Amino acid sequence: MTDVANAVVLLMNFVIVPGVAYGSQLALGALGVTLVFGILRFANFSHGDVMAFGAMVVLLATWWFQGMDVGIAPLPTALIALPFGIVAAAAFNLSADRLVFRFYRRRKSPPVILLIASVGVMFALQGIVRFIIGPEDRRVADGARFLIKASEFKQATGLKEGLAIKLSQGLTVVVTVVAVAALFWFLHRTRAGKAMRAYSDNEDLALLSGVSPDRVVFYAWLIAGTLAAIAGTMYGIDKSFKPFTYFHLLLPIFASAILGGIGQPVGAVVGAFIVALSETAVTYAYKKFLRYLLPESWEPSGLMQLLSTDYKLAISFVILVVVLLVRPTGIFRGRVF
Amino acid sequence: MSRIRLAACVALAATLCFALAPEAKADGHEVKVGVILGFTGPIESLTPDMAASAELALKEVSDSGAFLGGKALVPVRGDSTCIDAAAATAAAERLVTAEDVAAIFGADCSGVTIAITNNVAVPNGVVIISPSATSPALTTIEDNGLFFRTAPSDARQGQVIAELLIERGIDNVAVTYTNNDYGKGLDGSFGAAFAGLGGTVAISAAHEDGKGDYSAEVGALSASGAEHLLVFGYVDQGGKGIIQTSVDTGAFENFVVADGMIGDSLIEAIGDALTGTIGTAPGSDSAGAQMFLDHAAANGVDGDGPFRGESYDAAALIALSMQAAGSADRGAAAAKVLEVANAPGEPILPGELAKGLQILADGGDIDYVGASAVELTDVGEAAGSYAIMEVEGGAFVTKSYR
Repeated sequence: MTDVANAVVLLMNFVIVPGVAYGSQLALGALGVTLVFGILRFANFSHGDVMAFGAMVVLLATWWFQGMDVGIAPLPTALIALPFGIVAAAAFNLSADRLVFRFYRRRKSPPVILLIASVGVMFALQGIVRFIIGPEDRRVADGARFLIKASEFKQATGLKEGLAIKLSQGLTVVVTVVAVAALFWFLHRTRAGKAMRAYSDNEDLALLSGVSPDRVVFYAWLIAGTLAAIAGTMYGIDKSFKPFTYFHLLLPIFASAILGGIGQPVGAVVGAFIVALSETAVTYAYKKFLRYLLPESWEPSGLMQLLSTDYKLAISFVILVVVLLVRPTGIFRGRVF
Repeated sequence: MSRIRLAACVALAATLCFALAPEAKADGHEVKVGVILGFTGPIESLTPDMAASAELALKEVSDSGAFLGGKALVPVRGDSTCIDAAAATAAAERLVTAEDVAAIFGADCSGVTIAITNNVAVPNGVVIISPSATSPALTTIEDNGLFFRTAPSDARQGQVIAELLIERGIDNVAVTYTNNDYGKGLDGSFGAAFAGLGGTVAISAAHEDGKGDYSAEVGALSASGAEHLLVFGYVDQGGKGIIQTSVDTGAFENFVVADGMIGDSLIEAIGDALTGTIGTAPGSDSAGAQMFLDHAAANGVDGDGPFRGESYDAAALIALSMQAAGSADRGAAAAKVLEVANAPGEPILPGELAKGLQILADGGDIDYVGASAVELTDVGEAAGSYAIMEVEGGAFVTKSYR
């Protein structure tokens, strides 16, 4: 029986816990992408770097708070600095829309033109972030590091395997649940949210019913910026802040949004957890796990690893390709133009 | 358009002028030496002290007044980035063409050193001495006798680590290495030596530098069942991330690290969990090592750290071999490096460069010992002496040498 418990704890520690934390971060990112796609009908490539921008402002505000000795220990100071990042990221999105995207929208340019424009915005923003804070790796989190320490868990349960849950991982999940719940409440219960869903479903019908397109677009950018800042900050607290890694997040974020059905908020969340958990589960070596479960004579001699960790990023690609081939609309039947 | 073409022609003509008139620089009072290290990139916390150590040797030579009849050696810095071969080649190209250096000190990491040697040093006939490139691939590089290193090849370091582990009764390990020439070379030489001594490498997995999250890598490594994790990586990069994640998840408690991981920033980041970690880095217990520390401290340089003595030695060898050749012409020094570095002759220790220069000027013979007991093999690389370190009380402490 302890063998089964050991095996479960082992899998929790190395696959489930990191996968769920990573999935929460992806879910916040994918929601922003899918929302912009639903309303504005183009894939916004600058989203990853808006996350970096928001996290950067949070980090600057964190340093400011730390300088004044203001903190909420044991929670990380970055949490009280989060509103600054949200305002900055939302303001950036709105000014990018005013300066770049509105021009193409008014000309009724095809989505691919807007997509390329967003790549331009992305490069400009990468430059801005590196000008302000530089390309270095920085630590965002302070305060307590662990909810459950591996060594304490081992002592308390008497198991051979330890389970570690970082405070940042727990926090990420809680913040994601709150943010997603608030978003769904907004989309389903408020006038503005309903207008957005109507506009996303059928633009002409919504316009005829008196929905103001400018307001809908305004809300879309506002919410996308808010989600980006939260996602970027949670990723920074959990791992570390390095501008380049946010650009790398773009691929799994898009894979999540498309897998779930692009334009579908529920799909983005489900897709994010599937992508994150498959990244950790496919590259995990199951040798030790199986040793706990199988009789001794069956012990595997190999590592029982499906794919080397070198190919972690490739898993998003594979999911993307398979979904587009087999079910291009995604799990929740998103819109594909 | 025509203006651009004109500018290009002028630039080309200027380059040709410099290339065709190498003797021009011997006339000046100054001799420039390129100092090319990764001032940005994965080992940026190591390089400032390496450069300071090299520049200390150059300054000592200039101040002696005995170098080529009173000439001064002037360092010109370039950034190798440690990882970007194209950027390193461009930086070295600038030093050779625009700054007209007579020799190159550097580079640091193996990949960029190979690129600079192949693309810049050999085509231009410039002697290049690296203090820290340790890939076994550099032993057999086609260098026309221009490449030297005061660091030993990792073939030796892999052997040292393997012997050390077997002696301590550790015979089953997990290995992770940074995915480049340095990491792969060390992984290969360690794996072969360890297997030869009866040890088992349970898993050997590469990691990429500069990622946010290493939990998948650590998960795979820990699943191998080994209790010791060997990290052949960089202190400011993935190597640190791997150890941090291992400690956080409780995957490993015992670490063994190679020279790229020895640094104060690692201990600062990880803390107490690192106590007992074993590390190896080039070093020796010769009298020269202590003399270098004192000599560096007297000149305001912190000489206690990885590759600082080797850096001093590499720069000193550049100056001494130019003196032996009696000329600062490119390439003339290359033929003399082995002569000044090895016996026979008067032993020269750190701080005694003036004495060495004088002996050479008088037509004598020297055996440069320096900070790292320099003894170069036929292909021009250090034979290799390593310091075995352990983390105790929040610092790497040298335990023994082999």
